[in-house]
Amino acid sequence: MNSYNFTLHGAELRALARGGLWWESEGVLVVADLHLGKALRLARRGGGLLPPWEAVDTLERLDALIRETDPDVVICLGDSFDDVQAADDVEENARLWLLRLMAGRRWLWVEGNHDPGPLSLPGEHHASFSLGPLAFRHIAQATDIAEISGHYHPKASIHAKGASLTRPCFLIDENRVILPALGSLTGGMACHEPIFSELMASDAIAVLTGDKVLPIPMPRHVR
Amino acid sequence: MLDHAGDPASLLIAPTGGGKTLSGFLPTLIELGAAPGPGLHTLYVSPLKALAADIRRNLLVPLEGMGLNIRVEDRTGDTSALQRKRQRIDPPHILLTTPESLALLLTYPEAPQMFAHLQRVIVDEIHALAESKRGDQLMLGVARLLTFTPALRVVGLSATVEDPPALAGFLTPGLCTILTADPGPDPDIAMLATREPPPWAGGGGTYAIPAILKQVGQHKTTLIFHNTRAQAEIFFQALWSQNEDNLPIAIHHGALAREQRMRVEQAMNAGALRAVVCTGTLDLGLDWGDVDLVIQVGAPKNVKRLVQRIGRANHRYNAPSKALLVPANRFEVVECLAALQAVRAHDLDGEPRGPGPLDVLCQHILNTAAAGSFDADQLYRECLQAGPYADLARTDFDACLDFAATGGYALRAYDRWQRLVVHHGRYRLRDARAAAQIRLNLGTIEDRGLMKVRYAGRLGGAPLGEVEEFFASTLTKGDTFLMGGQIVRFDSMSEMQVDVTRDPGRKPKIAVFGGTKFATSTQLSARILAYLKAGDFSDLPAHTADWLIHQSEVSQLPTAERLLVESFPYEGLQHTTFWGFAGRNAMQTLGLLLTRRMEVLGLHPLGFVSTDYGVMIWGLEAVTDPAALLDPATLRDGFETWLADNALMKRSFRTVASVAGLIDRNISGQRRKLRQATMSSNLLYDTLRKHDPDHVVMRITRIEALRGLVDFGRIEQILAQFNGRIEHVKLDQISPLSAPLILEIGKVPVVGAGRARLVEDEARELMRNIGVE
Repeated sequence: MNSYNFTLHGAELRALARGGLWWESEGVLVVADLHLGKALRLARRGGGLLPPWEAVDTLERLDALIRETDPDVVICLGDSFDDVQAADDVEENARLWLLRLMAGRRWLWVEGNHDPGPLSLPGEHHASFSLGPLAFRHIAQATDIAEISGHYHPKASIHAKGASLTRPCFLIDENRVILPALGSLTGGMACHEPIFSELMASDAIAVLTGDKVLPIPMPRHVR
Repeated sequence: MLDHAGDPASLLIAPTGGGKTLSGFLPTLIELGAAPGPGLHTLYVSPLKALAADIRRNLLVPLEGMGLNIRVEDRTGDTSALQRKRQRIDPPHILLTTPESLALLLTYPEAPQMFAHLQRVIVDEIHALAESKRGDQLMLGVARLLTFTPALRVVGLSATVEDPPALAGFLTPGLCTILTADPGPDPDIAMLATREPPPWAGGGGTYAIPAILKQVGQHKTTLIFHNTRAQAEIFFQALWSQNEDNLPIAIHHGALAREQRMRVEQAMNAGALRAVVCTGTLDLGLDWGDVDLVIQVGAPKNVKRLVQRIGRANHRYNAPSKALLVPANRFEVVECLAALQAVRAHDLDGEPRGPGPLDVLCQHILNTAAAGSFDADQLYRECLQAGPYADLARTDFDACLDFAATGGYALRAYDRWQRLVVHHGRYRLRDARAAAQIRLNLGTIEDRGLMKVRYAGRLGGAPLGEVEEFFASTLTKGDTFLMGGQIVRFDSMSEMQVDVTRDPGRKPKIAVFGGTKFATSTQLSARILAYLKAGDFSDLPAHTADWLIHQSEVSQLPTAERLLVESFPYEGLQHTTFWGFAGRNAMQTLGLLLTRRMEVLGLHPLGFVSTDYGVMIWGLEAVTDPAALLDPATLRDGFETWLADNALMKRSFRTVASVAGLIDRNISGQRRKLRQATMSSNLLYDTLRKHDPDHVVMRITRIEALRGLVDFGRIEQILAQFNGRIEHVKLDQISPLSAPLILEIGKVPVVGAGRARLVEDEARELMRNIGVE
């Protein structure tokens, strides 16, 4: 299991290279921003017709994470569906796949800004959730501590001489974790954007996902 | 021209300054006469917005003089919305416009009425338009105009080209009258004699500044051309630091703000400037007052472009045009001499054009739908009337139509949300509101993701210019770079702009502008190789002869008989250059094949760059056995699979996908940042490769990528010519011959184990710096 291990207010957590957060002692897997149905939503709005396999690719990643960890509990931290209609529209194969993944597990859907409110799928629906010392919500609140959130789709770059790499990343400091987006076609917001410097402490770490985890000091906004 | 005014299609070829444009208009002015009827008579299309504005100025003067009551207006991206609306309803007699503005006009339902009385279409600088997708899109537009008025007469105006019939075929699939004007006296081109010798590499021509300033002093107005914007900026800076006589000299290139460019253009017209340091944006036939000398700095990568540029100097028709070549390094001295020979032999180079690209066709189909419903058969027949699409296969057309309508995916997911639906046998937009989005995304000009540069603290106001987003992302607070001849210091960067302050004291970092990588030129390569073989360097300047002798002493001279391979360390990485002299397309292909092989062998290649003469590859491990790498049998194995996963394919995909309409370029006014577009286009590429590799956009991408490459047969030919004879020279440091390649633009990154290792090392280093092991 390739991961960056750290502690958040006593909880031992692992940021997995595949883009999920694993809390081994509680058997909890956390993922964020799946944005299932994004391609369909864009098509519905009259935009370009993007390749319709983004749900397949996203679910493959989720499936791989679940096989890797075999969790008892899965928390989807908001924006799981690109909008409310997408949750209803989600095509049959994707729906069956999700139901299969949900079987035998406790599944928590945390509300996001794209999919506020209960969805027409099984599982529990919460605006936010607490477990032990940790709080789970979609969007980070600056005043909160011991918080796990998503929403911002953070990404970071490493510039080495002769090579560079940009990847979705976890942002981690002693008070909070912001998860990368698991969904395909979600783009990303670079760490040096001002919002991250406001939310994350000066010694925050960015953990790039991919084949391996690559932790680096979080690049910050140049003022 | 007047004798052929009635021909359905004609092509006039004349050197720049020969009065081409006015001849193009003469039949129009005569037909319109003193009492012209209402309606649009002539449409004039040119590549540059400025050109359209310039012609308008030049036409209005004689028109007023002749007392003619002809209305001439221009319509480009700079025309106000009010003016544009008025033109649709009440068009002038002569409309001057650009290919994009015409394409946009054709997306409106009123287009047929607006063009109902059109008699003539004049396409100016058609040789330049034929070199890009803008030309393909334009010709599809002309084919549309022909359906509005079948008696439309099409005229193309061109500078000197190597294959006039091919250009005529681009203009029209039917009969075309080709008129060739007297080419005039041979141009007067020579190499500029300088006291200082050129360096081995780099410098951008700054060594020649004293000699150049002297020439400027002796002429009325001089144009000093550079091959890239960065070179122009650096040169301009250095020029001014030596401009003791305070000669008025300005700079002009595409990344500068429009206001600044206009000021320079106006000053030139008024004769107020003695010289302008510029790039290709001044390449086209603008009437620039009294230019009497053209200086070309940096070897002309393309002889044809040189001859076309030289038409610029001495705009008077019968006096010879005057130009001086300034090689930027010693290899370029040899290149310049070969170029001079080629010009004297009237040996212009050029690659055959190839059929019209299908991504432009996809966009054209969507643009057509924006104007109203259409019949597929009729549209197909119409496209066949466009020169580049004369041989368009119905199956290709159908694939593009399917893509435009449904996305063209193997998985039919969008039946409910199709872009186009069929209604009573005709295609139309499912949602009429999509027309606005289509108009916003119109165009084929490559999105290079430029960010505006402004002085910090100034909200709005004219920007200084633009830099590429990639360059901006490498800046840290305090870095300085050149913009419009000023040294500025980077303060901060936001979503859309870069804030800077003036900082005249410091030495600037080089701004990496992409620049245009000119198309390949195989004839020059052959000439140069022959030159080197002769071994007699007596007609080379002493400094260059010395340099070649030095090259033969520390390394070897390349020949056609055996492949010279040089290896050396440079800046901590292992470099290897393969001197094939086979033209850039072949060298680029070889680069792809070799790096793939190197990756398989664990040599950790990181990137490569190619020119007409060689390909240089750098990586973590040294190459010890080039013969093993060059074995044709193993290279062939790689050929099919290299298509799968390389940076060139992804670059092509990004452009093709945005032209074809898979990726939106403009989303409700806010331009998407290229970097974000890059990541999503890479993801889209991977998705398509995995699930639908034969998707039409993937097919078009392969065709596009292959335009800059050669087929494997050509590689086999090159290797056969060397017949296993390889000479591998291992050096302690970079060779004289390889030195210029270090600064060559167009580097291709290799994504593999080498990159992964460097990035991991860097990450570990960063963590170590903050005290974490």
